[in-house]
Amino acid sequence: MRHTVLRFIASRLLQTALVLLAMSFVVYLLIGLMPGDPIDLMISGNPRLTPDDVARLRAVYGLDQPLWSRYLAWLGSALSGDLGASRLFARPVLEVMGPFLVNTCVLMGVSFVLSIVIAIPLGVWAARKPGSLADRGINAFAFAGISMPVFWLGLMLIIVFSVLLSWFPASGTGRGGGWFDAVRSLMLPVITLTIHETGVLLRYTRSAMIETMRQDFIRAIRAKGASESWVMWRHALPNAMLPVVTVIALSFGGLFSGALVTETIFAYPGMGRMIYDSVMGNDFNLALIGLLLATVLTLAANLAADLLYAWLDPRIRLGDDR
Amino acid sequence: MRALVDRFRTQRSAIVAVAFLLLLALLAVCAPLVANLLGADMTAVDLYHRFEGPSLTHPLGTDELGRDVLVRLLYGARVSLAVGIIGALAASVVGTLIGLAAGLSGGRGDAVLMRFTDGVIALPLLPLLIVLAAADPTKIGLSESFARAGEGGLLRISIIVALVGWTTVARLVRGAALTLREREYVLAAAALGASRLRIAFVHILPNAAGPIVAATALAVGNVILIESVLSFLGLGIQPPAASWGNMLTNAQEMMMSSPGLALYPGLLILGTVVACNVAGDGIEAALDPRTTTE
Repeated sequence: MRHTVLRFIASRLLQTALVLLAMSFVVYLLIGLMPGDPIDLMISGNPRLTPDDVARLRAVYGLDQPLWSRYLAWLGSALSGDLGASRLFARPVLEVMGPFLVNTCVLMGVSFVLSIVIAIPLGVWAARKPGSLADRGINAFAFAGISMPVFWLGLMLIIVFSVLLSWFPASGTGRGGGWFDAVRSLMLPVITLTIHETGVLLRYTRSAMIETMRQDFIRAIRAKGASESWVMWRHALPNAMLPVVTVIALSFGGLFSGALVTETIFAYPGMGRMIYDSVMGNDFNLALIGLLLATVLTLAANLAADLLYAWLDPRIRLGDDR
Repeated sequence: MRALVDRFRTQRSAIVAVAFLLLLALLAVCAPLVANLLGADMTAVDLYHRFEGPSLTHPLGTDELGRDVLVRLLYGARVSLAVGIIGALAASVVGTLIGLAAGLSGGRGDAVLMRFTDGVIALPLLPLLIVLAAADPTKIGLSESFARAGEGGLLRISIIVALVGWTTVARLVRGAALTLREREYVLAAAALGASRLRIAFVHILPNAAGPIVAATALAVGNVILIESVLSFLGLGIQPPAASWGNMLTNAQEMMMSSPGLALYPGLLILGTVVACNVAGDGIEAALDPRTTTE
C-alpha cells in the first residue's frame, strides 16, 4: 500500500515537472512578446548609446540569438541555481522574492482557513432545510460572493471601512507599527478574499450535503433514532466532504488570482502584486520566476488534493491498476 | 407538488435573469440613441462640469472629465456583453473541438489531450492572463489593426480569454462523446460508412448540445468578470473606450470624494454576472430531468 502511494507521488511529481517545463517555455515566449526588451530600456535610459553599442550589448546578452537557444540558455542557468537579477529591485530574484512570498502566504493562509471555517457550517446549515429562509439567504450570499468582481468588493470595503468609518487603513501591511497595526491592515484584504472564497466553497458544501442527505444510509441512521444534528455532523458531513475537499484544493489557483487583485487594490506587497508590477515594469526575470512559483503552488495544491482524497476515501487506491 | 412549485420558482428566476440580460442588451444597442437624447457624447470632455451629481441632463452625474456617467455605462455594457458573448462562444468552439477530438480518438490521443487540459486547468489563471494581455501581438506578425480591432481592443481580449477558458467545455464534450460513441445509432452510422468527421459533427455534437449551451451561458458571466479585472488593471479595454472595468480604474482615485462613480459600474457587473449564472443554472436544470430543485 505504502509502495503504491510513493509510486503515485513520484509519477505526479514527474508530471508536475513536465507541466512546469512547458509553462516556463510558454511564459518565456510570452514575455519575449512584451513590448520592449532589456536593450530598448537601456537605450531609453542612456540616449548616448550608439548603434554599435546596441549591437554589442545585444551580443553580450545573447539577444541576437534565436528564441529557443535563448530559452535553453536561460533554462540551463536557472537549473544551476542562477535565476538572474530583478531589474526593478536591482537585486537577485530569489532575494527579492522572499518577503513577497511571506506576505502572500499570510494573506492567503488566513483567508483560506477563515473561508473553510465559515463555509462548511453555513453550508451544512443551509442543507438542513433546502428552500427555507435560512437556505435562501445563505445561497444568495454565496451567489453574490462568486459573482462580485473581487476588485470592486475591495473598493466598496475601502469606501465603507476606510473612508466613512476609518476603522481600518486602506493600504499597506502596517509592519513596523506593532502587531496591532499589522492586524488592522490585514483586515480589509482578508475580508475581501474570504468573502469571495467562501462563496465558492459554500455552494459546493451545500449541494454535496443535500446530495448526501438523500442517500439510503442516512435514512437507515435516522430510522435507528439518531438525532438530526448527530446524523448531519457525524454521518452526512464526512461523506459530503469528499467532493468538497477536491474543490477546496482546486480553488487554490483561483485564490491566487483573487490574491493578485486584492493585493493590487490594497497596495499589499505580496506575490500577486509583485507579478503584476514586474510584468508592467518590464522586469522579465522576476515576472518569469513569479509566474512559475505561482504555478508550482497551484500544482502542489492539486497533488495535496489527490492525496487527501485517497486518504479520506478508503475505496480509492492510488496508482492501483489491478 | 412541492417539487413542481419549486421547479417553477427556479424557472421563474431564470426567466427574470434572461429578461434582465435582454433589457441590458437592448439598452446597450440603443446607447447612441440615449446619448443623442441627452445631448451627451461618450468621449466629450467638459472640464467645467466635473463630478456633478444627478441632474436632468446627466441622470447619473458626470465623471472626473465631465463625461456623462449613464452614457458611458451604456457604452460599457456594449463592450462587456460583446466580450462576454464573443469570448464565451470562442472558448466553447475551441473546447468542443478539443473535447470531440479527445473523446473520439480515444487511447493515446485522448490521454495526451486530457493531460494537456488538466495542465491548463492547474495554471494560475489571472497572472497568466496578465502576461497574455501585456504581450505585443505585432511581434508575432499580427497587424496593428488586429491589435486594436473592435472598441478599445475588444476582439483581442475576447481571444485571450478564450485561450484559457475552453477547459470546462472540453471536458464536458469529451465525456459526452465517450458515452455517445458506443450508442447503437452511432455504431449504425459507422457501419453504414459514415466518415469520422460526419459522426463527430452530425451524430455526436447535436446530442451533446444541451450541456454545451449551459456551460457557455455560465462562461459568459465568467468572461465578463475576467474582462472587468483586466480592464481595471489597465490591460483590457483601452480608454477612451468605456468598459465597466476601466471606469472603475479611474473611480478608484476619486473614491474619497465621489464614491458613486465606483458604485454603478460594479453594480452592473454584479447584476450581469448573477443574471448569467442564474440563466446558466436554469438552462442546466431545465435540460436535466434528474435535478430536483432546491
